[in-house]
Amino acid sequence: MKPPFSRRLAASVCATTLFVASGCATADRDPADPFEGFNRAMFAVNDGLDTVAIKPVAQGYEAVTPLPVKVAVGNFFGNIWDSWTAINNLLQGKGSDALSDVGRVLINSTIGIGGAFDVAGEMGLTKHSEEFGQTLGKWGVPNGPYFYWPLIGPRTTRDTFGWLVDTWYDPVWRIDNVPLRNSLVAVRYTDLRASFLPADKVIEEAAFDKYSYIRDAYLQNRRSAIFDGDPPSPFAEDNYDY
Amino acid sequence: MKYLLASLFGLFSLFGSVMAQEISPDALVQQVTDDVLTIVRQDKDIQSGDTGKALKLVETKVLPYFDFQRMTALAVGRNWSKATPEQKQRLSEEFKTLLVRTYSNALTSYKDQTISYRPSQIETGETDVIVKTEVRQPGSKPIPLNYALQKQSGGWKVYDVMVSGVSLVTNYRGSFANEVRSNGIAGLIQMLSDRNKKLASANT
Repeated sequence: MKPPFSRRLAASVCATTLFVASGCATADRDPADPFEGFNRAMFAVNDGLDTVAIKPVAQGYEAVTPLPVKVAVGNFFGNIWDSWTAINNLLQGKGSDALSDVGRVLINSTIGIGGAFDVAGEMGLTKHSEEFGQTLGKWGVPNGPYFYWPLIGPRTTRDTFGWLVDTWYDPVWRIDNVPLRNSLVAVRYTDLRASFLPADKVIEEAAFDKYSYIRDAYLQNRRSAIFDGDPPSPFAEDNYDY
Repeated sequence: MKYLLASLFGLFSLFGSVMAQEISPDALVQQVTDDVLTIVRQDKDIQSGDTGKALKLVETKVLPYFDFQRMTALAVGRNWSKATPEQKQRLSEEFKTLLVRTYSNALTSYKDQTISYRPSQIETGETDVIVKTEVRQPGSKPIPLNYALQKQSGGWKVYDVMVSGVSLVTNYRGSFANEVRSNGIAGLIQMLSDRNKKLASANT
């Protein structure tokens, strides 16, 4: 059944207003996001892809995988990443963190049965998370323009470069057996997407403009990561009378 | 009888706030978190997605420790001074409703996470502090969850929550500023209230 004409008219007026409004929004754009037009287009592509393919797979994975298996999968890929974290901590001059990360890899790869169990974590060796983008940030490389890439999502220019170096190092991408490599990449990607499922609803409800909400959150999150969770207060220069 | 109950209740809440004044900010965060999680862990309705019930829980247990006026001022930023006192009131009400709903929904997806409290060095005499906690979940790296608190006459009040370094308050700055630029403070109030109405009708 077609909606009455007045409703359809209202809807199309709404859509036009939205279009014009988003056109206005790009006019006074965020200096961190000079390619907003391109990024919004890519965001729409990714969002569509996510809705029809990636999210359903992640939801299926979430539904059929028992918790212990999910934990083992997360630990397994986490253990592979820990070696890269160690190198990056070293590059950032955090020697004791790097040493602890090496200890984690040694313990978890052996006693932790190939990384399936985070024995080192139980022993008190805290997991860190570092990649090359953070190392560059620590070295003082600025963010550069923000991008939203298909499939890999938000990255600043610096972090795009960091991501390329991460991928070059990535032991999973170095596996010669192509079917095995591809399966591992797919499982890792699905597991990662599944871990964001609870956040979906929150963003859906909380954000007025999903694109800029995700962009601003990403930029804040990166800033915090580079300062190892202790960035200077964003309110330092604010003094509102309220 | 009604009056008696009301005044008793008033007395209790007064007593409560006096108590709150004595307590240190990190102890306060821990106490409120523990209270809420103890209830969520036992409540099958909330776990299966009963937002209404989660809302009630947040309203009674969490709301008294938040300063929504300040949160709203920080989210609105420079434009806050352009709002009349009534508009400030409306903005705070609407923003509060939105944040409470978002937060309550996050509670309904609670599963096996545990919260650990990171030691925070709080000097005596400090009036603005950050209390650090971590959400731990087996198989994934811990998510830092920090609270910014300010000491006020009624005790410590939370004015920002940061998840993985992302401030719930500052993350609204961009979209709020955009709305004020195109439709003024009144437009911002409208935008918030429209969203709240939509959310309220979607899950009740």
